[in-house]
Amino acid sequence: MSERLHIDWTACRGRGLCGELLPEMLDLDEWGYPRPKQGLSVPRALSGPARQAVGLCPRQALRLQTEATS
Amino acid sequence: MTTTLVGTPGLLTDPDAGPIRLSHEPRRLLVFAEEAGLTGRGGAGFPTYRKLAAVAAGAQKSGAERPVVIGNGAEGEPASGKDRALLTHSPHLVLDGLMLAAEAVGAEKVYLYAPADLAPSLRARIAQRAPRITVVEAPDTFISGEESAVISRIEGRAALPRDKRRLVVESGVRGAPTLVQNVETLAHLALLARYGPSWFRSRGTRQEPGTFLATLSGAVRMPGVYEAPYGIPLGELVSLAGGPSSDLQAVLVGGYHGAWLPARAEVPVSRAGLRQYGASPGAGVVVALPTSACGLVESARIASYLARQTAGQCGPCVNGLPRLADTLIRLARRDRDTRLPGEVERLLGLVAGRGACHHPDGTVRFVRSSMATFAPEVRMHLAGYCTAEGASDV
Ligand SMILES: Cc1cc2nc3c(=O)[nH]c(=O)nc-3n(C[C@H](O)[C@H](O)[C@H](O)COP(=O)(O)O)c2cc1C
Ligand code: SF4
Ligand code: SF4
Repeated sequence: MSERLHIDWTACRGRGLCGELLPEMLDLDEWGYPRPKQGLSVPRALSGPARQAVGLCPRQALRLQTEATS
Repeated sequence: MTTTLVGTPGLLTDPDAGPIRLSHEPRRLLVFAEEAGLTGRGGAGFPTYRKLAAVAAGAQKSGAERPVVIGNGAEGEPASGKDRALLTHSPHLVLDGLMLAAEAVGAEKVYLYAPADLAPSLRARIAQRAPRITVVEAPDTFISGEESAVISRIEGRAALPRDKRRLVVESGVRGAPTLVQNVETLAHLALLARYGPSWFRSRGTRQEPGTFLATLSGAVRMPGVYEAPYGIPLGELVSLAGGPSSDLQAVLVGGYHGAWLPARAEVPVSRAGLRQYGASPGAGVVVALPTSACGLVESARIASYLARQTAGQCGPCVNGLPRLADTLIRLARRDRDTRLPGEVERLLGLVAGRGACHHPDGTVRFVRSSMATFAPEVRMHLAGYCTAEGASDV
């Protein structure tokens, strides 16, 4: 099992905090919305910062989901 | 729109011979759907059997709520008229299909989601035939028929798509396992229950059995809704609508979320036949573009429509689609800025996959096919010319 970051686009308002907390995974686009650099699978090493981004998103737009790995 | 009959028994010509039921063995419908290879006619072409099975299984889980079944007749796509034709000419097949599906999965609540102007006649028909069905009116927007928007509307809220953390078949209307099925899919289920899987498979191809309702418009002599088997050559399909009304340069297949392809008579209208063009039959929409029209002007018009139809919820869709449409309008207007195609490509990358529903992805597919099919026109426009005979401005 590995983790995957889920973005609820209906909730996100593009304030861009997640981009600062998870720069290894997320860029911000020209409107300030998160843009994954390479997919949304969370490498083990980034599990901590990812959790922090989920917890601190002012819109509660981020979630960690477990995904099956084959 | 005219409706024409091809072969019998047909979706639009079925003489109502009383309700079709599998009351003794309601679950047989799942076996029929699997053996027939029936797929959804609402656009995505998902195997109907798998959805029926998932909802039926969800209902077996302990503590699970009784499933909900919804017939989706919203038909937000402007170039499509087949669901309206079906609800007008053969409502009995849709109602029977809905009840068959409801009995097969053990549903408690059953809804028919349909345009407001059709609601009164549908309610009258339901009162006589299947009083368990409740009609809910669909607003007239492009995205009102998207699965999660349908569920929101049934729950009494605005018809807006929502975030999909859980599958609708597991958790839809108020958390109950929910089956959302296009009304044409339901009508096929009704005929399937009456005539069986071998009959169903006697039309279409081995891989893609059965017929579909096609809505033909644009440069054809008799625009309308026609039933045809999957795999029918494009030229034959256009002939059903009286043939082209002038020379054709391209056809849009699959609707505003579909793709343009060159007007080649031999191309089979099936997933397999259309794959090389990045297209699929989708919900059966075919728009014929005459050589007198400019493909870029038409594409810019459709892209602008799609941009206006975002549900206003997701940043990349709300910001990106209008920018994409504006860039296409500049190309259509022969703005001689050679950076425009690169800008279209960059914006496609920015919106793809970044929304709660597939509206951005459908728009990306459409715009990508416009740029590919009308590549020669793009070059001409950038040089300040247009290939269309009677080119008009956007
Ligand atoms: C933007 C958007 C609009 C849609 N509009 C419709 C619609 O008007 N009618 C419909 O049946 N399906 C529509 N769909 C597809 C539904 O989400 C869903 O897949 C379908 O109703 C399932 O039925 P089927 O499996 O019988 O095709 C739409 C999808 C999207 C992304
Ligand atoms: S912090 Fe939350 S609301 Fe802000 S951009 Fe990131 S996901 Fe969106
Ligand atoms: S992706 Fe676009 S159309 Fe779909 S819910 Fe979000 S804003 Fe609305």
